[in-house]
Amino acid sequence: MGLAKRIIPCLDVDNGRVVKGVQFVDIRDAGDPVEVARRYDEQGADEITFLDITASSDDRETTVHTVEAIASEVFIPLTVGGGIRTVDDIRTMLNAGADKVSINTAAVFNPEFVREAAEKFGSQCIVVAIDAKKVSQPGEDDRWEIFTHGGRKPTGLDAVDWAKKMEELGAGEILLTSMDQDGVKNGYDLGVTRAISEAVVIPVIASGGAGNLDHLVDGIVKGKADAVLAASIFHFGQHTIPEAKAYMADRGVEMRL
Amino acid sequence: MQTVAVIDYGMGNLHSAAKALEHVVPAGMKVQVTSDEKVIHSADRVVLPGVGAIRDCMAEIKRLGVDELVKDVVKSKPLMGICVGMQVLLEHSEENGGVDCIGLLPGHVSYFGRDLYEGDEHLKVPHMGWSRVKQSEHTLWSGIDDESRFYFVHSFYAQCPRRELVAGTCRYGVQLDAALTRDNLFAVQFHPEKSAKAGLQLLGNFLRWQP
Repeated sequence: MGLAKRIIPCLDVDNGRVVKGVQFVDIRDAGDPVEVARRYDEQGADEITFLDITASSDDRETTVHTVEAIASEVFIPLTVGGGIRTVDDIRTMLNAGADKVSINTAAVFNPEFVREAAEKFGSQCIVVAIDAKKVSQPGEDDRWEIFTHGGRKPTGLDAVDWAKKMEELGAGEILLTSMDQDGVKNGYDLGVTRAISEAVVIPVIASGGAGNLDHLVDGIVKGKADAVLAASIFHFGQHTIPEAKAYMADRGVEMRL
Repeated sequence: MQTVAVIDYGMGNLHSAAKALEHVVPAGMKVQVTSDEKVIHSADRVVLPGVGAIRDCMAEIKRLGVDELVKDVVKSKPLMGICVGMQVLLEHSEENGGVDCIGLLPGHVSYFGRDLYEGDEHLKVPHMGWSRVKQSEHTLWSGIDDESRFYFVHSFYAQCPRRELVAGTCRYGVQLDAALTRDNLFAVQFHPEKSAKAGLQLLGNFLRWQP
């Protein structure tokens, strides 16, 4: 009788529509974010993550309204990420009804922002998103580095050290996306997921690459993640949340059924 | 028109609680997010939410006189504390080097620590996610199965020595008090406003509660 592992459907939202790209190209439309969020809530999702991937910042208003609309109808935790750079950005999203915000690039360029945010709003609502890519060569010890700009720009920062640093600065949770896997549906990078899960005491969400239900199980069992995030396998009807939960529970993962 | 006042003392996210209450509010009742003492005094029932660090919460609570206010309103109307809004109702928390709290409920708030285990499993802190709550007999659990899961996010946990005041417990490395009650007061460590159907049912029950 412990804590259930979580399934978190992710809504990548561009200009007010849910989209899902395969390695950031070939964007497919997956519907209206409010409808999609409501559907996942009804299916028993444990949380919802909303990532604003709109390229320009002109449409922040749209994002705020969408978050407000989701928060009025969906009574499970809602995390909002994408373009969170200032304390005001965080306040705006929390006021719109988000329960947590996810900080990504801003943390890389200004780690103290994480401390400031955690002190101001509490660690419980500060998620730090880490985009990691394997940089070690075959035969070498595994090493993963933080990348920015959709996986194009290396930073030279070691992913495991970075996760520990984010925890020290006050992050309440890590959203770990393995960039080489994202959208290609080969499963999460279990090596980096496990390395980070075991290095920090805060919860870790595995993200990037879930293509079937075994990937979700592996993220928890082999990757030692506390939650698994997925998009495509749910958006396009390949699986429902209850199917995924039943499948995972059958394999010994404690779920909220 | 009956009103339920959600006390706004400048800390954290009141919107989730207010939105969930609005979703279940019976006809003829309205939800008001307010820091106005008069509005709170004239409300029919009161919710004390809270997130973030307890030292900051207590500082604002004292500055605004919310401590005296809740002691007063709970004499005559139902009061629900949520998360840090529950913790501040106890006597003391060890968070932030030790903070004296309102003391409407006996008991203390302690840190899980970084070496929290359940068997061989090293548990993550904060306790974040859906855990089962073992209920004691109370009318606010009506329509909610015993051991239903609720959504928790916290690094500090409450324990009350007066076990007859405990309405619900939860196991996370330690046995923690998930719900405490005394007369007009019902306080929960978890977030009913984020706990899907079970949470909404509890909030709806609170809005109809006649202690």
